[in-house]
Amino acid sequence: MTAPGPAAGSRRRPAALDVDGLLASPRTEIVVCCGSGGVGKTTTAAALGLRAARLGRRTVVLTIDPARRLAQALGLRELGNQPRRVEFAEEEPAGELHAMMLDMRRTFDDMVLAHAGDERAEQILANPFYQTISSSFSGTQEYMAMEKLGQLAAEGDWDLIVVDTPPSRSALDFLDAPQRLSTVLDGTLIRLLAGPARAGGRGIRRVVGAGFGLFSKAVSTIVGGQLLADASAFVQAFDSMFGGFRERAEHTYRMLRSPGTAFLVVAAPEPDALREASYFVDRLATERMPLAGLVANRTHPVLTDLPAASALAAADQLGGGAPLAAAVLRLHADRVSVADRELRLLSRFTRAHPGVPIIGVPALAKDVHDMRGLREIGERLASRPDAG
Amino acid sequence: MRASSSGWTEQLARVRLHVVTGKGGTGKSTVAAAVALALANGGRRVLLVEVEGRQGIAQLFDTAPLPYSEERLALAPGGGEVRALAVDAEAALLEYLDMFYNLGFAGRTLRRMGAIEFATTLAPGLRDVLLTGKIKECAGRTDQRGRHVYDAVVVDAPPTGRIVRFLDVTRAMVDLAKVGPIRAQSEGVVRLLHSGDTAVHLVTTLEELPAQEAVEAVEELDAADLRPGAVVVNRISPNRLPARSVAAAADGRLDEARVRAGLESAGLALTDDQLDGLVGETVEHALRVRSEQEAWRHLRQLDLPLLELPELTEGVDLASLYELAETMRDQGLR
Repeated sequence: MTAPGPAAGSRRRPAALDVDGLLASPRTEIVVCCGSGGVGKTTTAAALGLRAARLGRRTVVLTIDPARRLAQALGLRELGNQPRRVEFAEEEPAGELHAMMLDMRRTFDDMVLAHAGDERAEQILANPFYQTISSSFSGTQEYMAMEKLGQLAAEGDWDLIVVDTPPSRSALDFLDAPQRLSTVLDGTLIRLLAGPARAGGRGIRRVVGAGFGLFSKAVSTIVGGQLLADASAFVQAFDSMFGGFRERAEHTYRMLRSPGTAFLVVAAPEPDALREASYFVDRLATERMPLAGLVANRTHPVLTDLPAASALAAADQLGGGAPLAAAVLRLHADRVSVADRELRLLSRFTRAHPGVPIIGVPALAKDVHDMRGLREIGERLASRPDAG
Repeated sequence: MRASSSGWTEQLARVRLHVVTGKGGTGKSTVAAAVALALANGGRRVLLVEVEGRQGIAQLFDTAPLPYSEERLALAPGGGEVRALAVDAEAALLEYLDMFYNLGFAGRTLRRMGAIEFATTLAPGLRDVLLTGKIKECAGRTDQRGRHVYDAVVVDAPPTGRIVRFLDVTRAMVDLAKVGPIRAQSEGVVRLLHSGDTAVHLVTTLEELPAQEAVEAVEELDAADLRPGAVVVNRISPNRLPARSVAAAADGRLDEARVRAGLESAGLALTDDQLDGLVGETVEHALRVRSEQEAWRHLRQLDLPLLELPELTEGVDLASLYELAETMRDQGLR
């Protein structure tokens, strides 16, 4: 918290997160911003990218689904699957800032084109099942975000890659997506479902016995034979590139676990967002992925230490005599209770995760959709609270 | 054709399936729960459905995680009740398969080896199809005398960014699965979701982005021929400033001398730093009020019924859900 009120004194103070240290260190190669929807993840990612560029690093920000005006601020008018350098009208940063918006369909297409032969790639791209999973279904976006991250890292052109994560059902989805998609694309089960005889899957059939034939028939009835046939054709065409596909997924996963990566969990000071953040912190620990800290986004610290009770008493005493002063006192009392609640929620988080550094980012009074706003957030992210 | 922009319309009063969406972080689950409580008022039976596997309902009502069954969750004033269901795609698929085949032991084995997880992943949209299919089944279920088991079903749906895809996945499925029972099933779901029995309510706060997403979601719903219901404006915090002071403070022209004089007349002698702090807070407050007024302007242009809910500084607990429900009933929800 940047300006803890008197109430904070008695509470356990978490370690402060040193954002500038993290961004400036040449050892930091990837920063992943994650958290539940609506907490300001994309804006935080953009602000971190800009901050890093100002610290002299050649930075690229991979955004997933930025609000239109934020995209415009970054000079992104449309989906572009390649990073573009952000132009600055004023205050050119010491480093460089590049930005891109993920186009999941194109990323998937590019991957197919790169890994399958021409003829096979054409077959895959024309397959209805492929078209469905590559464009309209959830899970693919998470996977393609990770694929794109892998590509950007492999280019070796960047000092730092800042990644936003998709607005998933749960903040954890993008960690699981590669595994899930691998299971589908592995194809053993699809082959079994589409034609158990051809698959020669005696091993599995021995395990489940007659049930599998029944299941396969049931699934085929439910999703329709055509879908399974398309899926099967897709898997056959995809088979040759599958090894490479899985290897890439595993490579990206290893990269996420390497010391060059730093996860920042972004959360609003609200119970739901912090609960999700808690899950995430636990999950990262289980996966042995490097957590840098928690960004408590859009806090409302009080700007003066006048106690709420004194403010309200004075406002009551003023009655209608000095409406402006009374309003100022009442809005201060409102703010004290908001700030107290936020501190309470954050100290609860810290009790559960005492080792996780926190940086509180006070809310801007207006939404952010230009460079100046992003710069301001970057400054708030980097501000170090006074020790003690 | 849309009715006036305040209160609950006749059309909405006839809706049986209430889908509640909103940008993440706007309080959509809280509002869905409060809508369910409000609808249950006066002896009605309402089912509150959760589809995202987050157990948000259980947390709101402070109960153990919901099983895949319709458990009674809360009683409403006047004898009504809210039941809750956390729809799980895997369970829905098994249930579905059981309608056609007696899988029994084999079904459990398949579950253990992940074949069902696989099947729902095979066509990732299948998950949404199963979820919407189950919702349709609940909304349409009748008792022996042919009466609806639930007077209303309220869905805590995916956020605005994915709502149209979620609701219309069945339409994609109709295209994809050319024959078979899933096609017939999908067609039924498409019919229900596009009918006057269904309304999609949008939860927003008065911040710029959520309000903008709500506006965009209404356009997308219209384009997909789905029916937007009411806009629920959540977490409204009080505006303390006199109207004429808002613009002045927001533009940085707050009359500090007048504030100081007022404070002194109340016996508060503040240091310059303290006064600066109060002024800073007032400017932020005024900027917020002004951007909220802008958000109101956009939301009113939607010409949809608007419901207003206050900010709960102390957080949401069970008692406050009843309060929110009461607030919405006062504004016409029925």
